[in-house]
Amino acid sequence: MTQTTTQTVSAPAEHIEYVMRLGDNALILGQRLSEWCGHAPVIEEDLALANMALDLVGQARLLLTHAGKLEGKGRDEDQLAFLRVERDYRNITMMEVPNEDFGRTTVRNVLYSAFQILLWQRLATSSDTELAAIAAKSLKEARYHFNHSAEWVIRLGDGTEVSHAKTQAALDYLWPYTAELFAANPTDEAVSAAGIGPAWGELEADWEAMLLPVFAQATLVVPARTPFKTFGKFGRHSEHMGHLLATMQYMQRTYPGAQW
Amino acid sequence: MLTEAQAWTLLDGVPDPEVPAVSVVELGIIRELHCADDTVTVVVTPTYSGCPATEVIGLAIRDTLLEAGAGRVELQTRLDPAWTSDWIGEAAREKLRAYGIVPPSGKAAVGGAQPIHFVKKTLTCPRCGSNDTERLSEFGSTACKATYRCKHCLEPFEYFKPI
Repeated sequence: MTQTTTQTVSAPAEHIEYVMRLGDNALILGQRLSEWCGHAPVIEEDLALANMALDLVGQARLLLTHAGKLEGKGRDEDQLAFLRVERDYRNITMMEVPNEDFGRTTVRNVLYSAFQILLWQRLATSSDTELAAIAAKSLKEARYHFNHSAEWVIRLGDGTEVSHAKTQAALDYLWPYTAELFAANPTDEAVSAAGIGPAWGELEADWEAMLLPVFAQATLVVPARTPFKTFGKFGRHSEHMGHLLATMQYMQRTYPGAQW
Repeated sequence: MLTEAQAWTLLDGVPDPEVPAVSVVELGIIRELHCADDTVTVVVTPTYSGCPATEVIGLAIRDTLLEAGAGRVELQTRLDPAWTSDWIGEAAREKLRAYGIVPPSGKAAVGGAQPIHFVKKTLTCPRCGSNDTERLSEFGSTACKATYRCKHCLEPFEYFKPI
């Protein structure tokens, strides 16, 4: 399977949406992490965060290119990344909340990279062979992201009084947003039934099993679930999304069609 | 009109832009090469999804083959199977070491258990040969490398990550 394969018939809407959501998650988290470039607490972390951002933006390019082909309307990665309106983005809300500090950034990375590992493992055998190839590739990268973030969560959580307090505050803040990862929705059901990929809710138990030992070692308390819900998957985003898009889309909006 | 053997030799002279000690052929990213009429088709598997060198490598491959007489160069990207550092050959590993980058150790262990929690992985310093080294970060100046430090000669060095 090569990237040059052209898709002439449009795929089912749920299939397109599922791939678009994956691409948008990678894109928006990649954009957030890239904000750290030149600002991280130490140079090693500056490099690490920029590298993780680069992996995610690379994954986003592959996924959005694929989504564009599935859609069959001639939209390429740049048009999808830079020329959609807020309501058309399908990333979960947790991806777009501000970095706040190194603690929140690191906790978000561990929460999402653990999920990615489980998801990419399942998608590596997807009936969508292009998606399977992207998954096999992204899985290798997600493992590094998870190891790195998990080490930092432990170091910060089980660190000084200040680092513990900040990391616990980050977990308290982000945890409610993770409910959206596993919330049932029609797209997931259709995609799961078609053998393209798992409904994300199927991954919740394994995800917790990966993370709870990390948080325990970090001496962090996992908050109880609350009724708080977010709907980024459906295109209903937080107040932060518009600001992020304004920054991210600026060049393409100002110089339409500009290329590197 | 180039022969396939000539084209392979030419590409073996194209260095990786970020790790110039090894060529794109030695890195294992050139998966296939075909010459038909005056067109050379090159199938490339990128290393990391976001590796910024990928596009530079594409340009370098194209320029090198066109300058050597190819009429047309067609680049294809292949994602499956995903690139692995296992594709870096023995000779190239020694070139990396001589260049100051510790080559990936062992097999990439895809699917194996992934230990976390402060993995103490010590490597042999490529400059002084001491084993008294420590990892500074699993990430480095490029996506493919991690950062280490030798506690004997006090020099930093890089490690080409197994992936």
